[in-house]
Amino acid sequence: MSDTHPLLEVDDLHVSFPIRKGFFQRTVGEVRAVNGVSFSVPRGTSFGLVGESGCGKTTVARAVLQLVEPTGGAIRFDGEDVGKMDAVALKRFRGRVQAVFQDPFSSLNPRMSTGRILSEPLRVHALKPESEIKAEVARLLDICGLPARFADLYPHEMSGGQRQRVGIARALAMNPELIVCDEAVSALDVSIQAQIINLLEDLQKEFGLTYLFIGHDLSVVRHICDQVAVMYLGRVAETAPSDPLFSNPQHPYTQALIDAVPNPDPDYEAGREIVPLEGEVPSPANPPSGCFFHPRCPRATARCRQEVPRLDPVEPGHMAACWETGALVPAS
Amino acid sequence: MTLLRVENLAIDVVRDGEPCRLVHDAHFAVDRGETLAIVGESGSGKSLTALAVMGLLGEGLSISGGGILFDGEDLTGLSPQRHNDLRGSRIAMIFQEPMTSLNPVRTIEHQLTEGMRLKNGLSRRAARARALDLLAEVGISDPARRLKQFPHQLSGGMRQRVMIAIALSCEPELILADEPTTALDVTIQAQILSLTSRLCRDHGVGLVLITHNLGIVARHAQNVAVMYGGRVVERATARQLYRDPQHPYTQGLLASVPRLDLPRDTPLSPVPGAPPDPTVVLPGCRFHPRCPKATDICSEQVPDFIAEGGHEVACWNSGIQKTKSKGAAA
Repeated sequence: MSDTHPLLEVDDLHVSFPIRKGFFQRTVGEVRAVNGVSFSVPRGTSFGLVGESGCGKTTVARAVLQLVEPTGGAIRFDGEDVGKMDAVALKRFRGRVQAVFQDPFSSLNPRMSTGRILSEPLRVHALKPESEIKAEVARLLDICGLPARFADLYPHEMSGGQRQRVGIARALAMNPELIVCDEAVSALDVSIQAQIINLLEDLQKEFGLTYLFIGHDLSVVRHICDQVAVMYLGRVAETAPSDPLFSNPQHPYTQALIDAVPNPDPDYEAGREIVPLEGEVPSPANPPSGCFFHPRCPRATARCRQEVPRLDPVEPGHMAACWETGALVPAS
Repeated sequence: MTLLRVENLAIDVVRDGEPCRLVHDAHFAVDRGETLAIVGESGSGKSLTALAVMGLLGEGLSISGGGILFDGEDLTGLSPQRHNDLRGSRIAMIFQEPMTSLNPVRTIEHQLTEGMRLKNGLSRRAARARALDLLAEVGISDPARRLKQFPHQLSGGMRQRVMIAIALSCEPELILADEPTTALDVTIQAQILSLTSRLCRDHGVGLVLITHNLGIVARHAQNVAVMYGGRVVERATARQLYRDPQHPYTQGLLASVPRLDLPRDTPLSPVPGAPPDPTVVLPGCRFHPRCPKATDICSEQVPDFIAEGGHEVACWNSGIQKTKSKGAAA
């Protein structure tokens, strides 16, 4: 296919879950987990989704993986609408898109050896003849920095970092184009986390992979991703390439998130003026009016309480959904 | 007198009838109104050390050496009864997961006033009045309503605020906080940590903050002890540690974390390998299999602590040692 369109396009995605109550489980309302999210990921790049629990970032990932059904909007992969794919196309799609999850202990089957975990997709999708499977498993392990003898080990015999390497090898077995990493390094110890981040980056260079990277650690997301979207209660608050997003945040929520991350430098921290964000994320079942962020926002005005701000460009490629950004940056 | 001084603490676990050492040598000190951070990865023994101070080591675990001096009194040989008297009233603990450390079938009021009634002999009414003040102090709105609620009715951040209120309820001199914000979102994490630090400073409480997050240490602690494989390997003020880390493990940790204040393409240099299995006996320095600077002696002998200007390190090849030996030669 041509390179004119991005590999992944998410267009005005909505995902709602019904709230059921009572003996007959009648639907009494809905939780709008994802509320009109759009972004696109060019081939070979990394796109980051950040936000706090309940912001809908994982639901977006699950919708992209076809694990939840969108209630509105479209997901296009390589130019093709995933929602309109037939069974054959969908099976091919599931091979081209793979996932790496947060907890490699619960996402690897404890009763399967690494060798079986890695060879199963090869057999199911008939990617390799039986005679080559052993060599392919060894190759996958080697790519992910594990010796071939790991094929005989079970998940409980490995450390967290090694399990995550197996999780990545399993994703690579399908020779995918897009890998959805849902908090893929969040559960790992600091020294191991850096190993896995470097591995993901090396693999991207080697195989031209595209990543949709979901995380809550801003410094990790900034390090890995070329473009980042900050989500709040199911909406995108701000999106921009990593450098302008972190050096020149336009949305007060992005600013608050950056302020909340302490830097490993006592002198830097001592000189930092920090006003912690008040309050907590409201329930997505009962979101506030207007801009969802206004109850916690230090800059909220009457307009913010009433009207939902549009995601408007503040600079080329840098968009923010805030009525007050104009006050920060004079319109050019 | 130093509020808490832990010296050469060793903790063993009995497995299949054989003792196995989990903590080899923990030592650190914290004073009133001061925050000490204990940094380490999973399995480094930092939580066990805190549990030992609390007298809460579980079945099969025992202190096999060293001392825990709290306000001059050694806690290692203390009777369970005497330890129980200290716990809650003079030493309190904030645990990582407030959902599992609060009792799900008791109201917030019951859990918050229990300590005050048992330890301080407050009446139900007096304890309730103080509970309302405490909830307000930790930033919970509508305290009267919250008192009647159960933990599941509160958000994660709110539960952790209740934990802090419980810890403060008997006006302790020392609080141990074991990864108090790991399960929380970043903005809530910032709220909770600022609150804990401020309250401890205001009330002159010594705080031991156990964490794996080097940013949190830089923001909140004055002194740091770095633990690796059951041993404190470096001890310094936060400034010294970040400006001039001496142990290769500390250097490796600092080079492993991506930082918002450095250019985005700054490469990460992870520590190779994985932390040691505590059940495997490893001679010499426990970091030597992963250490880029390891020499022959590192795999043979446990390095002693060398100190210079309050900065202590246990490494055969640290800069401190070099300057020292040069001085000796001259």
